[in-house]
Amino acid sequence: MRAVMDTTALIEPAPPPAPDRAPLLELRGISKNFPGVKALDDVSFGVWPGEVHMLLGENGAGKSSLMKVLCGAYQADAGDYFHNGEKIEIRSPADARRFGIAVIFQEFSLVPYLDVAQNIFLGREFASAIPGIMDRRRLYREAQAVLDLIGLDVDPRTKVHSLGVAQQQMVEIGKALSQDARILVMDEPTAALSDRETERLFEVMRQLQAKGVAIVYISHRMAEVFALGDRITVLRDGKLVGSALPGETSPDELVRMMVGRNVDMSYPRRFSTAPGELVLDVRNVCAANGIRDISLTVRSGEIVGLCGLVGSGRTEVARAIFGADEVTAGEVHLFGKSHSGGPAATTRAGVGLIPESRKSEGLALIRTVSDNLAVAGLPKLFPNMMFSRGKARRSAEELIKRLRIATPSPNQNVALLSGGNQQKVVIGKWLAAGTRLFIFDEPTRGIDVGAKSEIFALIDQLVAEGAAVLMISSEQAEIVHVCDRAYVMRGKRIVGELSRAELSEENIVRMGMHDD
Amino acid sequence: MSIASNASAGAPRIHLSQDMQQIIYRLLAAGLLCLALSLATDAFLTSNNILNVLRQASLLFFLASGLTLVILTGGLDLSVGANIGLSACLAATVIKATGSPILGTLTGLATGCVIGICNGLMVAKLRIPSFIATYGMLWVLHGITYYYMAGETIHGFPPGFRQIGSGHFLGIPIPVYLMVGFLVAGTVFAQRTVWGQQIYAIGANPVAARLTGIPIDRRLILVYAFSGAMAGVASIVFLARLNSAEGDIGEALTLPAIAAVLIGGASLFGGVGSVFGTFIGALILTLVLNGMNLLSVNANWQPLVTGVIVIFAVWLDMYGRRKA
Repeated sequence: MRAVMDTTALIEPAPPPAPDRAPLLELRGISKNFPGVKALDDVSFGVWPGEVHMLLGENGAGKSSLMKVLCGAYQADAGDYFHNGEKIEIRSPADARRFGIAVIFQEFSLVPYLDVAQNIFLGREFASAIPGIMDRRRLYREAQAVLDLIGLDVDPRTKVHSLGVAQQQMVEIGKALSQDARILVMDEPTAALSDRETERLFEVMRQLQAKGVAIVYISHRMAEVFALGDRITVLRDGKLVGSALPGETSPDELVRMMVGRNVDMSYPRRFSTAPGELVLDVRNVCAANGIRDISLTVRSGEIVGLCGLVGSGRTEVARAIFGADEVTAGEVHLFGKSHSGGPAATTRAGVGLIPESRKSEGLALIRTVSDNLAVAGLPKLFPNMMFSRGKARRSAEELIKRLRIATPSPNQNVALLSGGNQQKVVIGKWLAAGTRLFIFDEPTRGIDVGAKSEIFALIDQLVAEGAAVLMISSEQAEIVHVCDRAYVMRGKRIVGELSRAELSEENIVRMGMHDD
Repeated sequence: MSIASNASAGAPRIHLSQDMQQIIYRLLAAGLLCLALSLATDAFLTSNNILNVLRQASLLFFLASGLTLVILTGGLDLSVGANIGLSACLAATVIKATGSPILGTLTGLATGCVIGICNGLMVAKLRIPSFIATYGMLWVLHGITYYYMAGETIHGFPPGFRQIGSGHFLGIPIPVYLMVGFLVAGTVFAQRTVWGQQIYAIGANPVAARLTGIPIDRRLILVYAFSGAMAGVASIVFLARLNSAEGDIGEALTLPAIAAVLIGGASLFGGVGSVFGTFIGALILTLVLNGMNLLSVNANWQPLVTGVIVIFAVWLDMYGRRKA
C-alpha cells in the first residue's frame, strides 16, 4: 500500500486547466430515475481538452450512472449535452463513439478467446481485396502500432485470456485509443494494477493529455486524486456536491463532501453497556477467496460492523466464517470451540448467514413462504427426521406473526413478496433454526426506508435477546447508528477497528480509502 | 354490508396449490384416456388388459421414480438403462453360478446402487454436470457389459425367481405390488421426511440450499444411489420376466422413463415434481401405447405420440405457471 503511494507521489504536478475555452464535453442538468431511486439528480459536469477530471463519491453516489449516461448506455430523463459548446444528442453508445467518447469499465468487455489484435479492432476489422475476407496482415500491423503507443510489450497474437489483469486493462485502453477517443472515461483503472503498471498507465495518460485528450477518472485513492487530477468533482446520493481544484482543497474536505449529511431515517437501537460471552473469535484467518490475516471478535448482545469499499473483502470474510469458502490458514472459534467445516457444520453450530443477494442466495423463489421459513430449521423442527406439513405451517404462522411478514398466507409463493418481506423470511428461517450468531451482508439492500427501520428493529430485538450480530454494510450511516463497534477493511485485510465513540462516517471513509 | 362480508368470509375457499392442480389435471387426463379407450375398444376394459397395463407401467415406474428424485434436485440420470443391462447380467451370472435367486437379486440391487453412488460422487464431489457424468457412465457401462457378455445370452432361471416378473398373487401381478410399494415409499420419502424436503430445496435453488446449511453433497449422492438402486430393482423384475439376460436389455428404457417423469409434471430445472405425478406419468404413457396397440395403430407411430405428449404436458405446466 505504501509503495503505491510513493510511486504516485513522484508524478509531477499536473498542468493547470483551461476554463476560458468551451469544454470539450459538457452535461447540463442531467437527471436519471429508476423505480424508487433518483440515480442522478440535476448533475452538471464538464471536461476540457487535456485535463484529467477526477470523479469522487461513495458507493451508490451516482458515478457509474453518470458514466453510463456519458457513454450512451443510459439515456438521461432530463438534461442537455454540449460538444465544444454545441448542443448534441447522445442516445446510444454509437452516438457517444461518434463524439469520441470511450469508456473503460471495471469489468472488461474483452473477448477472452480472441487475440489482442482481434479484440482491439473487434467489429472494425479491415477488409481485404477479396470481399468478406479480412486483411489479417493489416490487422496485426495496426494492432502493433497501438501496442507501441501504450507501451504494452505483448504479441498482438496472444489470446486475451492468457494475459494478466493489468495487461488486459492496457488492451482496453489501447482499444479505446484506436477508436480515436477524444474523451476517455476510466473507472478505477489502477484497482488491479501493480505499482510498475500503475506508473506506466500514468505515463500513457500524460501523453494523451499532451495530445489534448480529456480524461474522466474515477478513483478511491486520495494520492491519485491529488497527483493526477486537474479538477475534482464530488457526487453524493445522485447529486453534484461540488467541484474543486486540487490546490484549493484537502483530502479531509473531500471526505466531508463525499459523506455529507444523510436523509433522515430512524435506527432503533438500545445499546447495552455489558456485552456477553465471546461468540465468534476469528484469529489470523486467510481464505482461498483472497482475504488475508483477518482477526475479529463478536460477543453476544453486540452488533459488530464490517465496512469498507465494495471489493474490499467484506463478503469474503462472511463467506469464510460461514464455511462457504475455504479457510487456508488461521482459526475460527465459535461459542468457545474451535470450528471448521462447510455451511452445514457452521449452521449446526448456530450460525446463520443473511446473504447480500437475497433472491439468488437466500431464497428458493419457486417455493412458498412456509417452505422457505422451514428449510433451515428442518432438523431442529423434526428431530425424528419425519416432516409434517402441518407443523411446518404452524411454525411458519408463528414467525409470520412475530416478524410481521406481510403475506396473505404461508402458502404464498415467496417470489410475490416485497423486498423487505422477503428479507424477513430469510431472517425468519434462521430463527426457526435456533441461530445465535447472525451474519448480515447488506441487510437493507434494495429495501425501502420503512422496511429498513423494521429490519433494524428486528436486529435490535435479536441482540437484546442475547444473539450476536456481524453486519456488513456499504451504508456508513447504518454502521454508525447501529453498531457497537466496527472493523474497516481495505484490500482484503482489516485495516482498523473503531469503537462506539470513534464510529463516524468520516472515520470509516478515511480508513477505507487508499493511501490517505 | 354485514351480510355481504359474512357471505364472502363464509364462502368455502378451496385453495389448491400449484402441485395439487398439476396432479388433478393429470388424473383427469388419465381418466379421460381410460374412458375414451373403453368406449373405443372392447378389449380395453377387461381385467386382463388392465393388469397388463399396470404390469407394463411398473417397469417404467421403477426407473422413473428413481429418476424423479434426481430430476427434483435439478439433475438428470441418463445411465439408468445401461445400469439395468449390467445389473441384470451380473445378477444372472450369480444366479447361474450359485443357484441362489436371493444372492442374484442382491447382486443386481447392489450393482445398481454402486453405479448410482459413482454417479453421485462425480456430480457432488467432482462437480461434473449430471448430464455429462451420467452420459459418460452410460457408455462406460455399455462397454463393460458388452465386453463381459461378449454377445452371449444367459437364460433359464429357477421358477421361484421368475415369479418376481411373471407371478401373480390374488390374481394381481407381483410387479404391480412392488410398484405400489415403491410408490408409497417414494411418496413418503419425498413428502414426509426432512431429507425429502431438503431435496426439493436443493432443486429449487442449490446456492441458497448450500448457504442454508443443507449438506448438499450427501443428499445428491443419496439421490443418485437411489436412482441406481431403482435401476437394480427394474433389472431384477425385467430379468425374471424375460427369463434371459443380454447386454442391451435396458437400452430402450432410459428415454421413456424420462418421458414419464416429464409427463408427470417434474421440471428439469429442479424443485418441482412428485413421485405420485411420475406414477401417473408412467400410467398415461403406458395407456397411450396400450390404446394404440388395441386400435391397431402402426407401432412406428408410438415414438411420435410420446414426443407430442411430453411437449404438450410441459407446455401446459408452463402455461399454467405463467398465468398464476
